[in-house]
Amino acid sequence: MIFVIAGKELRSLFASPLAWLVLTVVQVILGYGFLKRLDDFLQIQSQLAQLASPPGVTELIAAPNFATAAAVFLFAIPLLAMRMIAEERRNQTLTFLLSAPVSTTEIVIGKYLGLMFFLSIIISLVVIMPLTLAAHTHLDFGMLATLTLALLLLAAGFAAVSLYASSLTAHPMAAALIGFGILLAMLFAGEATGDSLRARGWHVAAAFTQVFTPLKNFEPLGRGVVDSYAITCSVLLATGFIIMAIRRLDSQRLRG
Amino acid sequence: MHSPEQSQLLMESTEPALTICARGLSRRFGNHLAVKPLDLDVRRGEVLGLLGPNGAGKTTTMQMLTGNLAPTAGAIRICDIDLLENPVMAKARIGYLPETPPLYKELTVVEYLRLAARLHKVPRAECSGAVNSAMARCGLTDTGRKLIGTLSKGFQQRVGIAQAIVHDPDVIILDEPTVGLDPNQILEIRALIRELGDKRSVILSTHILPEVEAICTRVQIMHHGEIVFSDTIAGLRDFQSGRMVSVTLQRPPAIDTLRDIPGVAAVEAVGEGRFRLQFAAGADPTSTLINRASDGDWGLQQLTPTQSSLEDVFVRLTKKEPVA
Repeated sequence: MIFVIAGKELRSLFASPLAWLVLTVVQVILGYGFLKRLDDFLQIQSQLAQLASPPGVTELIAAPNFATAAAVFLFAIPLLAMRMIAEERRNQTLTFLLSAPVSTTEIVIGKYLGLMFFLSIIISLVVIMPLTLAAHTHLDFGMLATLTLALLLLAAGFAAVSLYASSLTAHPMAAALIGFGILLAMLFAGEATGDSLRARGWHVAAAFTQVFTPLKNFEPLGRGVVDSYAITCSVLLATGFIIMAIRRLDSQRLRG
Repeated sequence: MHSPEQSQLLMESTEPALTICARGLSRRFGNHLAVKPLDLDVRRGEVLGLLGPNGAGKTTTMQMLTGNLAPTAGAIRICDIDLLENPVMAKARIGYLPETPPLYKELTVVEYLRLAARLHKVPRAECSGAVNSAMARCGLTDTGRKLIGTLSKGFQQRVGIAQAIVHDPDVIILDEPTVGLDPNQILEIRALIRELGDKRSVILSTHILPEVEAICTRVQIMHHGEIVFSDTIAGLRDFQSGRMVSVTLQRPPAIDTLRDIPGVAAVEAVGEGRFRLQFAAGADPTSTLINRASDGDWGLQQLTPTQSSLEDVFVRLTKKEPVA
């Protein structure tokens, strides 16, 4: 059942110009960034060769490109997710799903998986770009793997937050703004809160705050370091917001 | 409101299975009690009409019966499955068309109905067959490849009905299924609903009285969240006709003389010897009236039972009996 709903979401996404537009814009931005960095790399290559242990292609070209993708996701994911529940509520099609013999958990997870599948398409494009260099140079595949995982986890968190925002309202634009707002708030306040808590010696609270700092959790994997705590935090963030979205949809049945 | 003999007959015949059984169902929105505790029973082969003005609580009741809205109190059993305890199992037996058909305008009719069938747990192999038969039933065979968003309102309504029946449910709940259709489409949809009601249970809501008479086997009238009338269609006809007659008299007596006839609740002079007589509940003083007319030489010219409109029925049901 979950996959029936995920398939439906994916079809709806591709039926709207928004999804194609997002794919295009993301690809233009990332493609330009990739070529620019490749150009820069070729120019300084001879100087790099003189260093004792020079940074590789993966570190200098792929890693910044993944970071750009992370920044683009901050805007793109709330826009892609805004319609998922809000528009169904506005068009009164949510009744179609709620009257079907599926639980709200299945509905929300189905929608989430549909969105994640779409995001994996974007991520795979980001991965393919450095892979095109593989024929001519040596790539650090380990680092490429952690970068992919980092971007996937970041997208998972952003998607969950945005889906939750969509469950709050009947207006897609409001949902996008709420999603973007929550993500920005986490970006700005999350780390600062963590630091100030640590300064007061409240280490447990500070560690807990790290759940709400998706970019901080992106960082170690982005450097090629597998930080299990950062991974756990990312998973917790996504799970938490999915559960909140499910509860939100459930409460609609109770409140009317 | 059937006679004792009739009730006896109904009791003795093997009753079809009870498919919808609601007990003490009520819903409160804040301080407003939208639906007061009500009981509702529908058997297989019955078409129940929920009749009522806007805001009477019809839609709220239907939302509760389909599991879209949690009742404040009460229990609902669908085909003997508790809807509140086991919603997934119970919902598989229900087909629901809400007031606004829940259509995804970016999908084609076939894609949409296929999705509806899959969501209602129709096995993958049987999906095509189910979709085709639902489309044939609703007259959608030629529109399968079209996007739902490009269809006219009437066809969209048909798609809405098709999604409610694609999984062959035991219980079909239709919220104002003929709103916004042209007269021909209304006739087609009514015929379809009657056909569906043969083997299944159908509840439909409407505020059009003739529609209930045309399709339903039973009727419940709601007003301010209460069921104020519940009977068979025959009972509704009895209730409507004979209750009000218009009389034309050549030499009318004083209006009080008419009012004094036992069983007459109210008299209204329309002019030129014409009167409208309202009978008291359950009474039929027609013969007394004729006798008095001939005894008193009133010159009775015409005596016609008046078919009352839904408005009259509502007024009578909700404002109680007018006191003579």
